[in-house]
Amino acid sequence: MSTVARRALHRLSSPFRQTTGFARWILLSGLVIVAFFVLVAMLAPWIAPYDFAQTRTDAGERIPKAAPPSAQHWLGTTSFGNYDVFSRVVWGCRTALQVVFTAVLLSLFLGVPLGVVSGFLGGWLDRILVLVMDALYAFPSLLLAIVFSFLLSDQLGGGVISAGVALTVIYVPQYFRVVRNTTVSAREATYVEAARAIGARNHTIMGRYLFGNVIQSVPVIGTLNAADAIGTLAALGFLGIGIQPGDAAEWGYDLQRALPDASAGIWWTGVFPGLAIVLLVTGLTLVGEGLNETMNPTLRRRRLRPFTLPPRGAVAMQAGKGQVDL
Amino acid sequence: MFVQYLDYLRDVATLNFGETITDNRPVIEIVQNHGGATLTLSVAAFAVALLIGLPLGVIAGRLRDTIPDLVIRVFGIVTYAAPVFYWGLLFQLLFSGILGVLPSSGAASPITIFQVEPVTHILLLDAAIAANGDAVLDVLEHLLMPAMTLGLLLSGIFIRLVRVNVLQSLQGDYIEAARARGIKESRVLRSHALRNALVPVVTVIGLQIALLLSGAILTEATFNWPGIGNELVQYINLRDYAAVQGIITMFAVVVVVVSILIDIVNALIDPRVRY
Repeated sequence: MSTVARRALHRLSSPFRQTTGFARWILLSGLVIVAFFVLVAMLAPWIAPYDFAQTRTDAGERIPKAAPPSAQHWLGTTSFGNYDVFSRVVWGCRTALQVVFTAVLLSLFLGVPLGVVSGFLGGWLDRILVLVMDALYAFPSLLLAIVFSFLLSDQLGGGVISAGVALTVIYVPQYFRVVRNTTVSAREATYVEAARAIGARNHTIMGRYLFGNVIQSVPVIGTLNAADAIGTLAALGFLGIGIQPGDAAEWGYDLQRALPDASAGIWWTGVFPGLAIVLLVTGLTLVGEGLNETMNPTLRRRRLRPFTLPPRGAVAMQAGKGQVDL
Repeated sequence: MFVQYLDYLRDVATLNFGETITDNRPVIEIVQNHGGATLTLSVAAFAVALLIGLPLGVIAGRLRDTIPDLVIRVFGIVTYAAPVFYWGLLFQLLFSGILGVLPSSGAASPITIFQVEPVTHILLLDAAIAANGDAVLDVLEHLLMPAMTLGLLLSGIFIRLVRVNVLQSLQGDYIEAARARGIKESRVLRSHALRNALVPVVTVIGLQIALLLSGAILTEATFNWPGIGNELVQYINLRDYAAVQGIITMFAVVVVVVSILIDIVNALIDPRVRY
């Protein structure tokens, strides 16, 4: 049992161990930021001093309206419905991660198998799927999300699930395209031919041989999509069609409500939720870029291409280090 | 249902996007009245993005893996990471909340809208036609912050693209040849490297129309800018399905048309692409 666990850990950490220099730094700082947000999201009930829609303190006192940051309210209070800004930011973190996790997981479960089957079987199914996915992909993603959350909000309400599903629609085509294209090229590989020669059936080939080989680039897309999803979710909230205020705290919605405050000089209601978005998106982007630099062979080679610059200082050192590792 | 769909397609082909339910306006009229504002904002934002993105991208590409390059790349990531409405909010906070120098929303003061007669539905042009200097200034003042906000979003992509393409074209043999002929470095950069680097940039930037549209919707909502995006948001909040469907279909048509146009332009400027 312990050897299995150790081997799994070894595999999981391999992208990190293979990195060098700049890429490792990017990956590490991204991971730290993301881990921080995950921790805050999980411990939200213990970190946040108030509930996200709480207008009275536990002692029964009314929370003041639009009060600047103070000892009782670390980041001040909102001008809409007098809430505690710090608590809203913390609870918003939980909402954002829940939605994004739902969206990425759902689009993985839809996009990857569809891509493998479509690429492997080909034929009319493949053509129709490619057509639909390309059409979805070419459409502006925010508009797509607007349309779907607009339609879904009647069926599923304005909660985490409906926001997650609306975002899923945007990201499914990306997994589908990548996985399908790798499957099409892997289908002709000799190991697939060998599997077929020993009499493996289609679903065995797809599940055993192709699956593991075509999901290599999925972690990169997944993290970059997660970063994008945070922004899109906030955009939906900002436009008032994402998560409804009664269901959960959401950064984008808070930003929209803070907009009139900005020109009145009340800075604390808008700055902090926005800062949370920027930090989380940056963290996820850094993880994605870092993973990309280590897992994407074309990028890795590009980094090692000999420089035309004269060798001096840190630049030459870095290039040298990279070459040794190959 | 199939016949209904065909009917709908025919309507769309003749630019009939239907009517709104809540106030019975034809969607095409919304486009006529508010398209000008969206267009003004987009063009101004593009100009801002070019002004920021092009020089920074060239610098980052030229000085690869140095401190300026790192700073510019981080700037690019941050412009991407911060939602466009957050930039808008920060600008509003700084310029109208704290400094109080720029108006925080709208496309013009009420007095300007009252004075200027809508001819082209592009407020800036209308003010210019009316030869009303104050009105032109007023419109420009209102335009500055939204254009900066949306321009910043686009500039991140400009920087990335220009940087990568300058990097690639600097590795070309013809650059080496130009240098060997003793041409000044600044000239090599400007007329040899940059020229070839910009061809793919034009294409990819044209394909950013989708991003531009999404950004425009959000920017318009942030600054209460009287464009199509703002109308869309209002109809969404009214739950007016017909209006939302019409506007979204119109956006989709625009995206497709622009993509085709970009392909044609690309064929014209790049002799290697011939269909």
